Amino acid sequence: MTYEPVLLANVEEKDSHTLAVYEAGGGYRGLRRALKEMSPGDVVELVEQSGLRGRGGAGFPTGMKWSFLPKKHPGPIYFCVNADESEPGTFVNRVQMELDPHQILEGTILSCYATRAQTAYVYLRYEYPLCRKRMQAAIDECCAAGYLGSNVLGSDFSLDVYIHVGAGAYVCGEETGLIESIEGRRAWPRIKPPFPAVEGLFRKPTVVNNVETLACVKHIVDRGAGWFRSMGTPPEPNNPRDPGSFGPKLFGLSGHVNRPGCYEAPLGISVGQLIEQFGGGVWKGRKAKAAVLGGLSTGVVAVSEFDTPLDFAAPMRVGCLGLGTGGVVVLDETYSMVDFLHNSCRFFAHESCGQCTPCREGTYWALQMMERIKAGRGRLRDLDLLLEIGESIGIMPGTTICGLADGAAWPIKTALSKFRDEFEDFIMQTNPDGYMETEPVEALVGV
Amino acid sequence: MNVLDAEVRKNIESCLGRYPTKQAATLPALHLVNDRLGYVPPKAVVEIAELLELAPAQVQDTLGFYEFFKQDKPQGKYRLWVCRSIGCAARGGEELLEYLCDKLNVRPGETTADGRVTLEYAECLGACELAPAILVNDTLYGNMTVEKIDELIHTWR
Ligand SMILES: Cc1cc2nc3c(=O)[nH]c(=O)nc-3n(C[C@H](O)[C@H](O)[C@H](O)COP(=O)(O)O)c2cc1C
Ligand code: SF4
Ligand code: FES
Repeated sequence: MTYEPVLLANVEEKDSHTLAVYEAGGGYRGLRRALKEMSPGDVVELVEQSGLRGRGGAGFPTGMKWSFLPKKHPGPIYFCVNADESEPGTFVNRVQMELDPHQILEGTILSCYATRAQTAYVYLRYEYPLCRKRMQAAIDECCAAGYLGSNVLGSDFSLDVYIHVGAGAYVCGEETGLIESIEGRRAWPRIKPPFPAVEGLFRKPTVVNNVETLACVKHIVDRGAGWFRSMGTPPEPNNPRDPGSFGPKLFGLSGHVNRPGCYEAPLGISVGQLIEQFGGGVWKGRKAKAAVLGGLSTGVVAVSEFDTPLDFAAPMRVGCLGLGTGGVVVLDETYSMVDFLHNSCRFFAHESCGQCTPCREGTYWALQMMERIKAGRGRLRDLDLLLEIGESIGIMPGTTICGLADGAAWPIKTALSKFRDEFEDFIMQTNPDGYMETEPVEALVGV
Repeated sequence: MNVLDAEVRKNIESCLGRYPTKQAATLPALHLVNDRLGYVPPKAVVEIAELLELAPAQVQDTLGFYEFFKQDKPQGKYRLWVCRSIGCAARGGEELLEYLCDKLNVRPGETTADGRVTLEYAECLGACELAPAILVNDTLYGNMTVEKIDELIHTWR
């Protein structure tokens, strides 16, 4: 069965980023209709019925998140579009904002209508200059056309959208780090509760949603909750906490494949299918060894696990953190998992904001160990120490404020549990005299 | 003498209407100053603080957190970011960075002696399908090779 893309339907059109092309393809008709026929509560209900779960990484049900806002709040209520997209292996939001910014804006306007927000900030990483240009142009077009500003399309709903440009820190994508960053401070995530829905930006009720989530909202309003639920993976029957994984999803495919790119498929396509059907297989006629499943934080799957469906539940069955962002990075049989884990540890040590000792020190220790292993001074014992760090940092063990530390832990845990032999062989071969050492060894300087 | 000229001041002030607090204009102000001066020197921190009715330490605290902003010396005319995260590393990004360090005779974060190029490593630039990817000021380049980088840098002279 061939699948007809929805989220990417416009991107092939010439000048797909302009209002004229977007409207010619039916754009903003859903908004027009919703403002006339639906109350904000109706939109929330529709999104709840659709089963939409956030595309930013955590997979939290969007309608439920909106329903946590205090009822009858005098306002203001703020809306934040999370366009920080900094998870290694993730680039689909960039493609969306560059090629179809109006789709994101229509989703944003609908979501603000539903949540009664009158100001929205698009938190955009500075590394996306073309997105910035296109999103700003789209905002300006919307203001001129009456889709934004006072009394949107003559209704009594008003909305302003502003772009807020980041300055290079992964943790700005964490929703409360993002809020701090808009407020003009360092992006130190806040301790929760209170959750942003109750006390967020400028201490007011706030919703933070990912770019792709908002694109889904637009299509749910256009096509209905039933359409959205017609694709994906239904809830696991014996898991009462799995609400199912519905709707289309964008997958960023990169690494050692023939055709890297941004592809759309219903949730539930397997890692292997994505690589074969869309990516044209592994490059250079090689075989795959492993793949980052859904952004670096989620960890890796071995090639023997490539039948894992990319939905919200299945990745956990193969020891991964979750679906994450859907960014799949393929590693071929020649690529060293030692290099992989070193790269991962370096990223998280670099990006830890330093507030929580287990994260700040743990990510740094892990990097130091990986530096040592890579330099041929590793000990077998280091692998257990790495695992010990992996088990003890993060929200899940309950030692940190935000999920960055969990993201650091999962690559360690999955790489070491699935490729332990490769690490042991590497250590024994590169450090034949010292691999059994149990005494502390000196750290390398300059890590 | 002020380091912030009238135009930068006007641009900073025009950001204020977007936010309910003046502090929220800190990041936009830092961007405007970094764009204009190539860095944010201590005197600019004091002047931003005056404009936003903050203590200089508040502005400095924010400034120091974000690696994009330069503090000591202006960035070069070309700021060249080379992605070193996993998608690019798997396709030669780290070798590219090493090559550039040798070629330009700088370490990441440094500017060439002639003040033209500032070399930086980047974490995932969000362009993994174009790996190895680099960003030069506001332009993204993908599928880079040593040859393509040489060619590109050549056009800068
Ligand atoms: C360290 C860290 C970085 C994150 N980065 C992003 C990001 O770049 N974009 C994003 O949408 N969500 C990111 N998230 C998830 C957000 O905290 C939040 O869950 C999400 O934006 C909610 O949107 P959604 O419900 O639409 O998915 C990050 C989380 C953590 C812990
Ligand atoms: S877990 Fe790490 S990144 Fe998150 S708040 Fe703590 S120190 Fe900062
Ligand atoms: S890993 Fe280099 S752009 Fe994503």
